[in-house]
Amino acid sequence: MKRFLLPLALFAMVMGFFAAGLTLNPREVPSPLVGKPAPDFSLPQLHDPQKLFSPKDLTGQVWLLNVWASWCSGCKEEHPILMQLAQSGSVPIYGMDYKDQRAEALAWLKRQGDPYPLSAMDEAGRIGIDYGVYGVPETFVIDKKGVIRYKQIGPLDQETLHRKVLPLVRELQNQ
Amino acid sequence: MIPEIGHFSLMLALCVALVQAVLPVWGAAINNAAFMAVATPAARGQFCLVALAFGALAYAFAVKDFSVLYVAANANSQLPLHYRLAAVWGAHEGSLLLWTLILTVWMVAVTLFSRHLPAPMRARILGVMGFVSLGFLLFMLTVSNPFERLIPAAADGRDLNPLLQDPGMVLHPPMLYMGYVGFSVAFSFAIAALLGGNLDAAWARWSRPWTTVAWCFLTVGIALGSGWAYYELGWGGWWFWDPVENASFMPWLAGTALIHSLAVTDKRGSFKVWTVLLAILAFSLSLVGTFLVRSGVLTSVHAFATDPKRGLFILVYLAVVIGGSLTLYAWRAPRVGLGGRFAFVSRESMLLVNNVLLIVATGSVLLGTLYPLFLDALGMGKLSVGPPYFDTVFVPLMTPALFLMGIGPLAQWKQASLPDLAIRVRWAFAVSAATALLLPFALGRWTPLLSLGFLLAAWIVATAVLNVRERLTAVRGSGLRHGLAGLSRSYWGMLFAHCGVAVFIIGVTCVKGFETEKDLRMNVGEIATIGGYQFRFDGVQEVKGPNYRAGRGTFVVTKDGRPVTRMHPEKRYYPVQNQAMTEAAIDPGILRDLYVSLGEPLDGGAWSVRLYHKPFIDWIWGGCLLMAFGGVLAVSDRRYRLSWRKQEIPEPALAPPRTSEVA
Repeated sequence: MKRFLLPLALFAMVMGFFAAGLTLNPREVPSPLVGKPAPDFSLPQLHDPQKLFSPKDLTGQVWLLNVWASWCSGCKEEHPILMQLAQSGSVPIYGMDYKDQRAEALAWLKRQGDPYPLSAMDEAGRIGIDYGVYGVPETFVIDKKGVIRYKQIGPLDQETLHRKVLPLVRELQNQ
Repeated sequence: MIPEIGHFSLMLALCVALVQAVLPVWGAAINNAAFMAVATPAARGQFCLVALAFGALAYAFAVKDFSVLYVAANANSQLPLHYRLAAVWGAHEGSLLLWTLILTVWMVAVTLFSRHLPAPMRARILGVMGFVSLGFLLFMLTVSNPFERLIPAAADGRDLNPLLQDPGMVLHPPMLYMGYVGFSVAFSFAIAALLGGNLDAAWARWSRPWTTVAWCFLTVGIALGSGWAYYELGWGGWWFWDPVENASFMPWLAGTALIHSLAVTDKRGSFKVWTVLLAILAFSLSLVGTFLVRSGVLTSVHAFATDPKRGLFILVYLAVVIGGSLTLYAWRAPRVGLGGRFAFVSRESMLLVNNVLLIVATGSVLLGTLYPLFLDALGMGKLSVGPPYFDTVFVPLMTPALFLMGIGPLAQWKQASLPDLAIRVRWAFAVSAATALLLPFALGRWTPLLSLGFLLAAWIVATAVLNVRERLTAVRGSGLRHGLAGLSRSYWGMLFAHCGVAVFIIGVTCVKGFETEKDLRMNVGEIATIGGYQFRFDGVQEVKGPNYRAGRGTFVVTKDGRPVTRMHPEKRYYPVQNQAMTEAAIDPGILRDLYVSLGEPLDGGAWSVRLYHKPFIDWIWGGCLLMAFGGVLAVSDRRYRLSWRKQEIPEPALAPPRTSEVA
């Protein structure tokens, strides 16, 4: 008898998740990294692997670190917003291409447009671990002293951008 | 007025569905012939009512009635008539209506072709289908009404999403839904058998043609969708593992398992419990898929949140239908006896292993699709599970399944001998191993995956040839012509479907291994070479379509100086939706496709251009069509036609083992 109940039990579990998915708004997760210095790294750049990129290079300015990948559909979703933001010039967005292949990543940027002054290439995903990346896309707001002030998990949308990210950026830029 | 008629006939259909869901099932329980007899007229009546509603909505689109909210949201005065009609299923509400219409079409088909079934069985089947349709009608009438008015009426509509303005849109959704919904018949057969307690070989025999037909539709529907994505999305991919595609692929995998498991139950009486579970699973995945796609829960979390009522309804409906069937299964299945026994090495055991592999594959697709949702629900953010996951999981699962696909049909039922099998297939194996080793070299590139692909494809074809040869020598003496004629259509169906898989594998292998692509900047008059073809860019002209304007490029293609074709990719702009679309130009061929799409205009009349040379890509869809053709052959087999003609004569519980085909 028990083994015949197994499908029902599995199904009940899935339904539980569906139900939770209906009620939760899981995007607002406090990250332990907020308020801490952005972990340092030195990674080859996507467009020119001879050159390196390190967050230290950007000390003194407020910037966004956007973790993306060519295989990620959420990235495609947020991409127009990043393009718009980059064109507005209000804050530079630096990319971190996560667990990706160079050729595919370059082709993807060519197709979708490139909002980044440069992208770092985290091929093995090791730096992603330091940053606590468990989903792509993720976006970090980093202040003039190199401290992470905000972390967005999942695609940026217009509302978060205008209600949270941009006001925070402006506040940090005026400090 | 017309939309109100549509709305009203949906309400009437709901009442009929209620009667159809209750009376016949109850009548079957208390053995009341009058109640059971309600099923057939109710099903047909429901079809007429839903068809009327569907016609009303189509009419509203045809006459551009922008006082109907759904029409205003999905059409525009400039949109051509055929796309206005296809726009009926262009969004949530209308595709639910199409779903329900197709469900009633299947119901009518059941009333027409099930006269030979015992009355209680028929009543229960139609009752279960009525129950399924009840949920959909209720869903439409409460929270997804396609006939909702927009007062005051809009001056013009917001237009159909340009992505959907394509001939693929006219064919693909109805085909796909015919497949999805078609599994409701097998599901209803299974539930009816569980309710009636007559889960036997006859039940499997009755379910088989229905399942196969639904599977054929689903196969063609998925192939159409993939082909559509290929030429419409403008970057040459044919399968993206996105949630919408996965939602159609999961029922296909489960349905494929079901077809094979039904064959065993029919021939040998084994696997009964497993087959019932698969029938429930295939349709449940169709339901989950339809709703996941339609509610947008996977592609965007917000869609669920913006209309919690819809989400809740979906959830309750899934809980009732799927939860109810699984409860019934848990309650009734333990009483179903075991069927024919079989040895560790036998055709049954191979089919069982294949079944398990298919279901594990289904499970891994489901996991990959729902994983973002799981994390979401656990409050761990949104993420993407990409093709790397699916590719990694799929190849190791499918390789043994495809290997068994070659050997299974050669093995005897009940008990087979491994050494004997090994001797019989030694030539087939040698041929495929040689192909795998040498063919990639001959084509200029050797990689393990290329070799594996050719190995599996050659193996399937070689074993199929071997299979036919063995059959013919078994009836030796009567001549080749006579021998070929003696093989049943369902046997040929199986071989065609299996060879379709081989053709598909060749397509995938060659595209993955040999395709070349170039992203370039091209000035007018410039020539680029790819895959041995020269493309001369002759500039871009402005053209005007019915509801868009476009830049139309001209490429003159030559090979070794001989003209091949002219290609015209377009970059379209749709002002109503403020959306730009890339229309790729494709020159299809049996051995290769040439594919050109326009990127962005650059300075001085130059354009960014993407060129592809895709060897054998059409084999991917050709393989799917061949599979579906195999299914059609199997359904047209003589014994089904006979069983339909023999109306009220009860079938023997176990058919004599006339032939031993599987498909």
